[in-house]
Amino acid sequence: MAGDPRSPVSAVAEQVESYRADFERLRPARAGEPEWLAELREASLARFLELGFPDPKEERWRFTSVAPIARRTFTIADGSARVEPAELSAATFGAELDASRWVFVDGRLAPALSDGGAAEVEVMTFAEALDRRGDLVREHLGRAVGADRNTFAALNGALFSEGVLVHVPAGTVVHRPVQLVFFSTGGSARAATASYPRTLIVGGRDSQATVIQAYAGREGAVYFTDAVTEVVLADGARLDLQRLQRESMAAFHISTTSVRQGRDSHFSEHAISAGAALARADVNQTFTGPGGECALNGLFVAEGSQHTDTHTTIEHAAPHCSSRELYKGVLDGRARGVFHGTIAVRPGAVKTDALQVNKNLLLSREALVNSTPALEIFTDDVKCKHGSTTGQLDETALFYLRSRGIDAEAARGLLVYAFAAEVLAKFNPEPLRRALVSQLARRLPLALEVA
Amino acid sequence: MSLLDVRNLHARVGGNEILKGVDLTVNAGELHAIMGPNGSGKSTLAHVLAGRPGYEVTAGQVLYKGQDLLAMTPELRAREGVFLAFQYPVEIPGVSNVYFLKAALNAVRAHRGLSPLDAVDFLALVKEKAKVVDIDEALVKRPVNEGFSGGEKKRNEIFQMAILDPTLAILDETDSGLDIDALRVVSRGVNQLRSPERAMIVVTHYQRLLNYVVPDFVHVLVEGRIAKSGGKELAHELEARGYEWLETPAVR
Repeated sequence: MAGDPRSPVSAVAEQVESYRADFERLRPARAGEPEWLAELREASLARFLELGFPDPKEERWRFTSVAPIARRTFTIADGSARVEPAELSAATFGAELDASRWVFVDGRLAPALSDGGAAEVEVMTFAEALDRRGDLVREHLGRAVGADRNTFAALNGALFSEGVLVHVPAGTVVHRPVQLVFFSTGGSARAATASYPRTLIVGGRDSQATVIQAYAGREGAVYFTDAVTEVVLADGARLDLQRLQRESMAAFHISTTSVRQGRDSHFSEHAISAGAALARADVNQTFTGPGGECALNGLFVAEGSQHTDTHTTIEHAAPHCSSRELYKGVLDGRARGVFHGTIAVRPGAVKTDALQVNKNLLLSREALVNSTPALEIFTDDVKCKHGSTTGQLDETALFYLRSRGIDAEAARGLLVYAFAAEVLAKFNPEPLRRALVSQLARRLPLALEVA
Repeated sequence: MSLLDVRNLHARVGGNEILKGVDLTVNAGELHAIMGPNGSGKSTLAHVLAGRPGYEVTAGQVLYKGQDLLAMTPELRAREGVFLAFQYPVEIPGVSNVYFLKAALNAVRAHRGLSPLDAVDFLALVKEKAKVVDIDEALVKRPVNEGFSGGEKKRNEIFQMAILDPTLAILDETDSGLDIDALRVVSRGVNQLRSPERAMIVVTHYQRLLNYVVPDFVHVLVEGRIAKSGGKELAHELEARGYEWLETPAVR
């Protein structure tokens, strides 16, 4: 409560003060930005200062403490660090992808590492987009994340530097995926850095594309990534968004993905959360027109003392839409996983067809997962189902494999792989799927090559 | 030296003593049937021999090729040639049968000092052995046992046995739940795999299987001990008389 005399107001003020200072420091560099954007930034900062860092008493943050982020001071990375191309392969789990690649190092476009250039899709930094596609950016930026009471999205709105626009023009089918790599070089525990990646994807009417976002960093580096992605799909548009999170194990990763789907549009998300000491991903999707389809598929893997949290909301605000969600978690060591999935069916959204499944595998006694499905249904004549299971490796299956000559560790790995395979099988393109399988398998002591 | 020598074997499962002194000797080339009423310890014996965790041996010993079998991990037993066909084969979605079997076979081969089979040679072996048990090759490529019918699962067990080429095969109620056609197919597979080098222990509740797979010896397990041993004619006697006559203290 605001009037609570015990509330550590000064501490909170101190925590957010450095971000206000960052904002002021950046002000001169942003003098050239259009007025509407300056207003958006001011409003975002005001919302961030008002909300502050989330409190564990808030329902959406009940199981995830952001104290490790709040108590640190991060300086905005200046983007001058050099990165060798070889370092980037970790971002895609080692996969060599045939994709138009755009690399952002510490929040800045690194042209030398990017090979961009796909004729049929427009990919450009906001600086360029404001010049060439000003109306488009103005129309959509900040709309999908909107008035969410999301403090990290607000912080990103205030501080993002080199945002990127992916515009798939109406009627365009893009075969080669667009790959956006956000690489952080970070710093030490005493000199941690922050970056605020911002992506706006606009899918024109009846367009079709695949966008791969890969978040990674220098191993062991301490940094904070606060990413926001907005996806706006016009009627009949199709987008496959792949979100690969493989940050440094000492990093903090917060991402917000907000999706608005028009009539008969199709959105699929494939997400891997494998890195970071503390990771939180919010996916908020809304059907704004009838006939849309949405598929969310995700795998989170955590070990040691990692904490990984996924919150998804699928909002059926229009009739005749269908959503499918499959999220799986594999937790080892003392790791903690959180999955919270909301399906909201608004009044009038008849013939909604929604299915949500969350399955978790605990590999140690200390690992823990909190899984909370939430249905909010305000319409009759809908089909909504959800299921959540959490369990250990099946001892009988383990014995079955060993009784055929496979050693205990490999048998464990094989069963973990088998658990994850249901989600991994949905990943495309093929080289990425293979890389994910072999990399994750290696992490999860699978001593076998998987055919 | 006999292939398998079980002496005074006692074992507990979940605190309950199930095996109370089993003695059994099996030589290469022999087929032994182990029969007995429900709860007599047949499946426990099969699982103890294969090394299932949680099955605690409290007394006795088991020598396999003269070595202490009970000291070996389940995977080592498998590599040394012990095979257990499960009564309830496990489904492993996401892992193809072929991949799983190739990994298993190459683990066994490595242990025997043989080079791993490559994909081409392995698939040729799969083709050859699939014929033995009349199993559809498409089934072999599917995830392990996932969505298989009961009969298909049992056939898959025999198929795995054919691929892994064990020295001692233990079949745990492979016949239960099979219709007569599936029973014939599975029996034919078992018979084709009989050889002078290989011994088999067939655990069954019913005499029916033994019409197709003719045993050299029949043992009746009652209350954790072998109450009677004999030739194949003992199975017919059990079919006619049931197990009750063996359960009286006088016979024990």
